Parts: sequence; C-alpha cells; structure tokens
Amino acid sequence: MLEIIRQPWHWSIAGLLIGLTVPTLLLIGNKKFGVSSSLRHLCAMCVPANIPFFQYEWKKEIWNLFFVGGMLIGALIASKFLHNPSNIVVAESTKTVLYQYGITDFSKLMPTQIFNVANIFTLKGFAFFVFGGFLVGFGTRYAGGCTSGHSIMGLSTLQWPSLVATICFMIGGFFSANIIIPFIFKLF
Amino acid sequence: MVNNNLEDVRHQDSICTNEAMVQHPFWHNLKYMAVGIVFGIVFVKAEIISWFRIQEMFRLHSFFMYGVIGTAVVVGMLSVWIIKKFNLKTLSGETVKFEDKSFNKGQIYGALIFGIGWAITGACPGPLFAQIGSGFAVVVITFLSALAGTWVYGYFREKLPH
Repeated sequence: MLEIIRQPWHWSIAGLLIGLTVPTLLLIGNKKFGVSSSLRHLCAMCVPANIPFFQYEWKKEIWNLFFVGGMLIGALIASKFLHNPSNIVVAESTKTVLYQYGITDFSKLMPTQIFNVANIFTLKGFAFFVFGGFLVGFGTRYAGGCTSGHSIMGLSTLQWPSLVATICFMIGGFFSANIIIPFIFKLF
Repeated sequence: MVNNNLEDVRHQDSICTNEAMVQHPFWHNLKYMAVGIVFGIVFVKAEIISWFRIQEMFRLHSFFMYGVIGTAVVVGMLSVWIIKKFNLKTLSGETVKFEDKSFNKGQIYGALIFGIGWAITGACPGPLFAQIGSGFAVVVITFLSALAGTWVYGYFREKLPH
C-alpha cells in the first residue's frame, strides 16, 4: 500500500481530492475555498498601515491561515515520509526546451539550478523569486482570487467572472512560459 | 467604481469570504488545518507544485494539469449542485450560502498579471506554501515577494482601473 502511495499520483485522483475540498470546506463551516486571501489576511495582520483594503477583522478569517498552514505541514509530511525517490517524469518536449536553458537536473520537484539559495542575490534569482512572486501576489489580489478561488470555487458555482479570470490566467501563463521565460534565460 | 463601503471592505475583490455566522471555539480551526494537510499531501504527491508541471502545461506538452484542474472543477460543480439540490446543512446546521461574484476589470488585468507570475514561479499561492513545506527554502523569498505584491495592490487599489 505504502509503495502505491509513494508513486506519483494520477491526475484524476488529485483532481478528485482537490474538487472535494470545495464541499468539505462548505460543509464543515460554510467556508469558501480560496488560498490567495491568506496573503491579504497576513498583510491585514502584520502591516495594515491604515490602508482601507486591509482594515477588516482578519481574526474572523483565521481559519484560512490554519488551512494554508495545514498545506505546509501536509507538504512536509509527504516529502519526508511519502517521498518518491525517482526523478520526476517530465515530457520529453519540455525537457528538450529546458536543456537549452541549462536545466538538466530533474531529480526534484523544482529545478535546483534555479530554485536554490545561492541564486537569491543573482539577477536570475531576482527574476524568478522576487519578480515572479510579486506578480503572483499583486495579480491574484487584483483579480480577486487565484486558481482555487476563481478556477475551482468560482467555476464550481458557475460564476462567469471567474471564467473570465481563468481564461486570463491561462493567457498570462502561455505568454509568460513561451515569451517571457525564454527571454529571462537569454538575459541571465 | 471602487466600492469603499467600509462595512463591506472584506468582500472587496474577493470570491472567498467567510459567510459563517456561528461562533466557534478556537480549536475548530484545526478542522481546516486537517483539510489543509490532506491538500498539501495531494499537492506534493501529484507533483502539482512542480515548476516542471507548470512549464509542461503552458507549453501544451502534457495533459496532466488540465486533467487535474478539469476533474477538480467537475467534482466541485457536482458537489455544489448536490448541496443546493438537497439543501445540505453545515456541521453546525447552517444553510450553505453562495454569493454571486460581480465582474470588474481587475479580473482581466489582475488575472493576466498573475498568469505571468504563475509560469515564472511555477506556483499559484497554494503551491507556494507547499513548496516551502517540501523543503525548498528559497521559495520563502517568492512568498515574501507575493505578500509584498498583495500589499502594494492594497496601497494602490483606488488608483487602479477596476
């Protein structure tokens, strides 16, 4: 059994479990599935700075921080005890492209040639961590939600603005992966 | 354009606000942590938090992520339909509330910006937490930067087109 769990899981299992998060959160406490709000709550908690957008009772939303804290713990458990020792299987066509950028290590979930501490003070690190992270935080809040809040919760409840947002997430992602990322690799 | 009714400040630009009216003791939050733990395990074991999966998805080299998101949406829709159809109640007996989301242009501009960041970091906000949990310490920088991005949005919110 443990052997099966250690293998990478099939997309349908992952999709099923992620989809079931929607009714689970609704039924255990009337909570709407959404992750990016946690960033807003943390801002409201730590640096509200009299900004109206952060003046609300974040304590009422503390469940959301427990939820994301749980995600961190779950990831830790999975990486420590259910670890898959083999290389991650990546599509050959993607590998071919990444080889050209000097990404040759497929042993971890993240490419260690980019996502390592030694890169923090390099321009490449700045582009991938600081610039990329900023866009994630700014963009999700501007859009009013992320993949969970819009694409999963929003689409599940048939909200057309969430469909618009999801389509725009994808457009942004396609543009970024095919135009911006190759450009970053060319620069640094 | 920007609704700054203070009583409604939490609902601004957010699809996932807390509708529960029943007050619970603090330990109830552990329920959500438990759901989060399962979620985090799924994220790692299905390799959804992998930067490589995101590159495959946005280069149309793999069906995997489309399968995950597609299945999740179908399961979510069916669940919501069942909850509405049978008027299922929460554990504490409340009616499950749904709220319609109103459109604003932020859902276009913001979503495009997030999409760009998603491909670069290989993470939406959820996987950011899971990447840190799986030991990629450097993602703490990405996370802090995402917090800064959210804060800067809050700061400039009234000047941005919505």
